[in-house]
Amino acid sequence: MELNFTGTDICAVNGTRSAPEARYDVVVVGAGPSGIAAAVEHATAGKSVLLVDENPVSGALMGNDTPLYFGGRMTAATQNSERMLEAIFMSMPDLEKAMDAGAELLLGTTAWGVYRNGPGVASLPDQVVGLADAERSWMVGFGTIVLATGARDLAMAFPGWNQPGVMGAAALQMLLTRYDAFAGRRVLVLGSHDLALETALVAHARGIEVAGLIEVRDAPQGSADLVAQVKAAGISISCGQTIASAKGGIDGVESATLTSGETIACDTICAAIGLVPSIELVDAMHGPRALNPTRGGYIPAGEASVIAVGDCAGLTDSGFDHIGYRMDWMRALTAVTTNDTIICQCEEVTRADLIGIQPPNYLPRPAAMCARSLETLLKDGPANPDQIKRLTRSGMGVCQGRRCRDQVAMLLALETGTPYGTIPLASHRAPVRPLPLKILAEWDEPAEMEAAWDVWFGIPTQWVPVEDIGTPYQDEHREMLYTGMYK
Amino acid sequence: MSGSEVVIVGGGVTGLSAGWWLARSGVKVTVLDKFIVGWEASGRNGGGASHYASPLFDEEQRLWPQMDELLGYPTEHRKGRILIAMTERQWEQYRFIAERHKRLDHPVELLDVKQIQEAVPLAGDNSFGGIHYKFGGHANPQRSVQAYAWALQDLGGKIIQHSPVTGFETAGGKVTAVKTANATYGCDSVVVAAGPQIPQLMAQLGVDVPLAAARAEMIITEPAPMMPLGGVDGHKIYGRQTLRGNLAYGGGPHEWLDVDATGPAARPSTPLARNLAKRLAEMLPKAAHLNVIRSWAGVIENSPDGRPIIDRLTSPDNVVVASMSSVGFGLSPASGHAIRDLVIDGKCSFADIDLLKLSRFDGLEKDWREKRGWMPIS
Repeated sequence: MELNFTGTDICAVNGTRSAPEARYDVVVVGAGPSGIAAAVEHATAGKSVLLVDENPVSGALMGNDTPLYFGGRMTAATQNSERMLEAIFMSMPDLEKAMDAGAELLLGTTAWGVYRNGPGVASLPDQVVGLADAERSWMVGFGTIVLATGARDLAMAFPGWNQPGVMGAAALQMLLTRYDAFAGRRVLVLGSHDLALETALVAHARGIEVAGLIEVRDAPQGSADLVAQVKAAGISISCGQTIASAKGGIDGVESATLTSGETIACDTICAAIGLVPSIELVDAMHGPRALNPTRGGYIPAGEASVIAVGDCAGLTDSGFDHIGYRMDWMRALTAVTTNDTIICQCEEVTRADLIGIQPPNYLPRPAAMCARSLETLLKDGPANPDQIKRLTRSGMGVCQGRRCRDQVAMLLALETGTPYGTIPLASHRAPVRPLPLKILAEWDEPAEMEAAWDVWFGIPTQWVPVEDIGTPYQDEHREMLYTGMYK
Repeated sequence: MSGSEVVIVGGGVTGLSAGWWLARSGVKVTVLDKFIVGWEASGRNGGGASHYASPLFDEEQRLWPQMDELLGYPTEHRKGRILIAMTERQWEQYRFIAERHKRLDHPVELLDVKQIQEAVPLAGDNSFGGIHYKFGGHANPQRSVQAYAWALQDLGGKIIQHSPVTGFETAGGKVTAVKTANATYGCDSVVVAAGPQIPQLMAQLGVDVPLAAARAEMIITEPAPMMPLGGVDGHKIYGRQTLRGNLAYGGGPHEWLDVDATGPAARPSTPLARNLAKRLAEMLPKAAHLNVIRSWAGVIENSPDGRPIIDRLTSPDNVVVASMSSVGFGLSPASGHAIRDLVIDGKCSFADIDLLKLSRFDGLEKDWREKRGWMPIS
């Protein structure tokens, strides 16, 4: 077969991508106080600014604990998107300031990926952020992106945690203060640092009964002032113990049993042990990050055109070692979890299978497989959560690892006897929020994309069956399957 | 040859399979990898195992159904594939392929829309027809790569991770040792199966191996109900339903890259995820509501004709070089066997693989990449 090379590979990505729909000097992701402040600042300075916020997210996403750990404790009100939108405006009066300053505001709009040229990619027409609402997705170019994505709840496993009613502090506060859509009545709070104390006070102020705070360390961890306020509200803080299990029924949690043996009636167990800066977008774009124990975990390390603000840049540094605190909780909870405690809820990975590096239940476990474990894997090299994810499926589910990513890393640190910071962060990948195929799809893609599209590289000689080489079938094959190639 | 030492450069699926085959023959094997086994393209591909264009096809087909048992670990292999035509042109092309299979006595069946939907309930009534390969299949790349690695270890082979190869020691027309930053591994034979890094490594031995690297991408959805047949291709995308139910699909334009001796600098995915999502939603419309939960990219290398290079060199004469030219995972049971044969016997025992010799590129023009347009975007 004669091939006439022209110096152009029509199946390469070069020149096939659509231009972004719009371009702004500044795109701000997250319309909390820090995001609004950034939008106002840049808009006031005369920049074109787009301010997006994923909230209100759909009821289906909230049900998948996205973006926060809602634990199924939302009322039906969260299904009403108009009411939710109104609630956001009511609770965030400063949104109007951003609009008055000239920023364009899009609520219910998710930023699911940030892309720019760099190592391994040079084909993008601009640095772009992928956006999506309930109808469609689109790309927007930017000069600077400000990430004000906040922080998400840290979840930790204990027997019975995988049922409705176990949720996170940020989610509880959002349901209470922003949406007035919390479906519980009596809450047990895990933790006693400021996050836990504030959450208890918010719940109390909203008429929710707080059944108490549980603290793994020997004394309350938060500021004396908040501790005093909690005590003044008649809320007890039980120290030196942890939750041993949660029991429940068809509607989820009904009670919690502590390591002391005490059983506490409650319909909600609120994990208020810590918040993790929401760095999904930074990590998915391979941006630099660093572990900072006093600021809540991995935080963006900073780049000229990628600026993190607010909790995304790290929790307020009060000198408190969040990682050390979480590891104390992890140690205590590891003592109460059992082999069959689920660690990854989406994929139903038990602690025994995670530590045993065993495949999911639908696969066979021959003798050789059963003989493998974390211990044998460690002989080949240090623990890597992405490798363990491939083998066990922990973190591979629809919550995209929001519920188990951090605790798997903590568990691996404990099991391997190494500091938390030596366990690599399991990778985040775009889309950093679950996005339906029909929403993610670029339905009106450029003709150049379709013209370049081949199932693989489009090399005519790659797929000619070996039996056909040198026969008339060779040219027929090429004519039928590779029209347009190298002509 | 039993008792001799073979060092394999590259713990991808090809190197690991070769190592496993050699260990089965009693050879002492050491696999060196720059990071973790299967971390590059071997663990990032679509898992297809139906490569009828290859001289290794028959062996691929013979071995896959046995691999779980032979390795002792699950690979998630499942037999059979269906191609769904979403345009009249695709239907014409797929029928052409089906005719060709019939000519070679490969079992294929043409399917109408109803038959497609029976086997692939996520398909719609919008297709032109399909073909059912009653051969081929798919497996889980990540699980299979680890299975080779573990099976190799169970036979006494060694895997040294986090150890990029930096060079070789030679004497008397042979490679006598393979060097990493921290150690030197003496050897009787070497297999270089280092993917995109092969050209740089082989250049140290004075051997020119023409390969060009590129990036390709995939997406994966949340789980869907299990379909009777999960190996579904067509509409110019490839992929599989995992045994968990997720739909993992790739295809579309690639981006040519320069890769240096240390390997790909990064494997970024791009907004191409949107174009993959469009085609998957068109081919499987009843899956259009499913959430995409990840996308990723891998870096693969291609030879100038897109066919593998599996060859034992004449100088140094104890080196086998193996690049599967961007189609390595599915063929791995057979490529490892071929490499084993070349190392031990100097000749492949089960197929004529002269087509895959490096010498076919002896007269290749120096600017072959430029001529093909296989250059990175500058």
